[in-house]
Amino acid sequence: MTLPEAAGLALAALARLITGAQGHWYGSPPKAEQRIYFANHQSHFDWVLIWAALPRDLRAATRPIAARDYWTSSKLKHWITREIFNAVYVSRTRTDDEDPLEPLMEALRHGDSLVIFPEGTRGNKSVPAPFKTGLFHLAEAFPEVPLIPAWIDNVQRVMPKGEVVPVPILCSVTFGAPLALQGGEDKRAFLERARNAVMALRSVQA
Amino acid sequence: MGALRNLTVSQQIGLLFVALFGVLVIVTAIAFGRSLQDRSDAQLAAHERFRRDLRAIWIGAVLFWVAWIAGGIVSTLLFGTVSFLALREFVTLTHTVRGDHRSLLLAFFAVLPLQYVIVATEHFDIFSVFIPVYVFLAIPVVGALGNDPKRFLERTAKIQWGIMVCVYGMSHAPALLLLDLPDYRDRGAFLVLYLVVVVAVAQIAQEAAVRRLRHRPVARAISRSFSWRAWALGMLAGGIVGAALYWATPFKPIPALVAALIAGGSGTLGEFVMSGIKRDAGVRSWGGKASVTGAVGLLDRVAPLCFSAPVFFHSVRWYFGL
Repeated sequence: MTLPEAAGLALAALARLITGAQGHWYGSPPKAEQRIYFANHQSHFDWVLIWAALPRDLRAATRPIAARDYWTSSKLKHWITREIFNAVYVSRTRTDDEDPLEPLMEALRHGDSLVIFPEGTRGNKSVPAPFKTGLFHLAEAFPEVPLIPAWIDNVQRVMPKGEVVPVPILCSVTFGAPLALQGGEDKRAFLERARNAVMALRSVQA
Repeated sequence: MGALRNLTVSQQIGLLFVALFGVLVIVTAIAFGRSLQDRSDAQLAAHERFRRDLRAIWIGAVLFWVAWIAGGIVSTLLFGTVSFLALREFVTLTHTVRGDHRSLLLAFFAVLPLQYVIVATEHFDIFSVFIPVYVFLAIPVVGALGNDPKRFLERTAKIQWGIMVCVYGMSHAPALLLLDLPDYRDRGAFLVLYLVVVVAVAQIAQEAAVRRLRHRPVARAISRSFSWRAWALGMLAGGIVGAALYWATPFKPIPALVAALIAGGSGTLGEFVMSGIKRDAGVRSWGGKASVTGAVGLLDRVAPLCFSAPVFFHSVRWYFGL
């Protein structure tokens, strides 16, 4: 076992100790196929939680998106995101000749699964913010990849914005039935449908 | 049974574990046999519940055995871990807000480990007062520094309660190990096992009595099953088993009976209280089924022990004048 693998296992075990990281699968069983997971975003912890809730053999092929300027700013951050999570780096500053989605497209062409948070930023409301258009463009470019909605519950209590140490509180990730872009579907209608699919999972778990 | 008293410590332990696992094997075999019969849905549900309880007892028994082999420090560590998981579940069920973050960190990462370190290092004088006196002040101070007056008393009280039940209560079980009882050196683990067995028996007997008696519950809104008669029967069953185990304890038969009655009775009352907390948090059924947060129902299982351990501990101390 290599060091990143061991560190990954330790991190997943830690996430489970603190949050339980329970994955509930409704409508889509955990399966080793290419997928795009999209979820509500409330905390820095969200990615780790989804990652820990996935079965171990799916973790290696499922990659997060990381902001290049922040996550490569120190050696440790860079090592964690590159070696353990195999993150896809995107730049937050937009240049004219570069499509910000290009690294994601590249990863999908490669056959990797992605986890994205279409709200773009961490929210602190009980409902997710309107989704950014990236999800739509990915769905358009890769119509054969199933889009899996996920609802992350309780995580804002584990680590509220501005705190650094997580409090042990049980959290769950509920995965829903796959979504696909319908022929001729409008961008706004699709994003609204995707957002509703995420929110609908709130009541499933009760 | 007096002859059993004269056996060496390791012989007694061996005997106790053989008896415990023997009973478990027999009960499991009977349960398996009954699962093969045709049953109504209600019976099946009851059977399913029984099987879950049985599995929990198996896990508990095996853990105990492992802890016994590995010694006092390991069993303290084991109880500490259970404490942590129970507190995690308790906090999940109470609605904490941002301002509670620091108090919760204090509870989980300072109070809990410290209490168990105190137990492991046998600082007996501070053990009983650390949480009720010092932490009682520390938690609201840290909470007030969170700068959020909304429902302050309620939030603080809930955290205090969580610590009292899950950490303070629970820590009295391994603390039995450090009681310096007359002619009972190195046998504290027996007393812990005695407490756990008695409480578990009382709990199971009460549940069985509820199913047989179909008595009117005393507080329907809190618990649909709790009635005084079932409680008394559960306590009695715990008492009888406790008296039968007297040879493994520092007690004579009658005090063993009384101690077991106290432990069993307070344990099932603790369970009753815990169902009130469940209802308050809006959780209908816990028993092993995933609830809103995926809580696994550990709190349910350990609540009787959390409530009975301090009562039992101090009764024992008082009885021996320690």
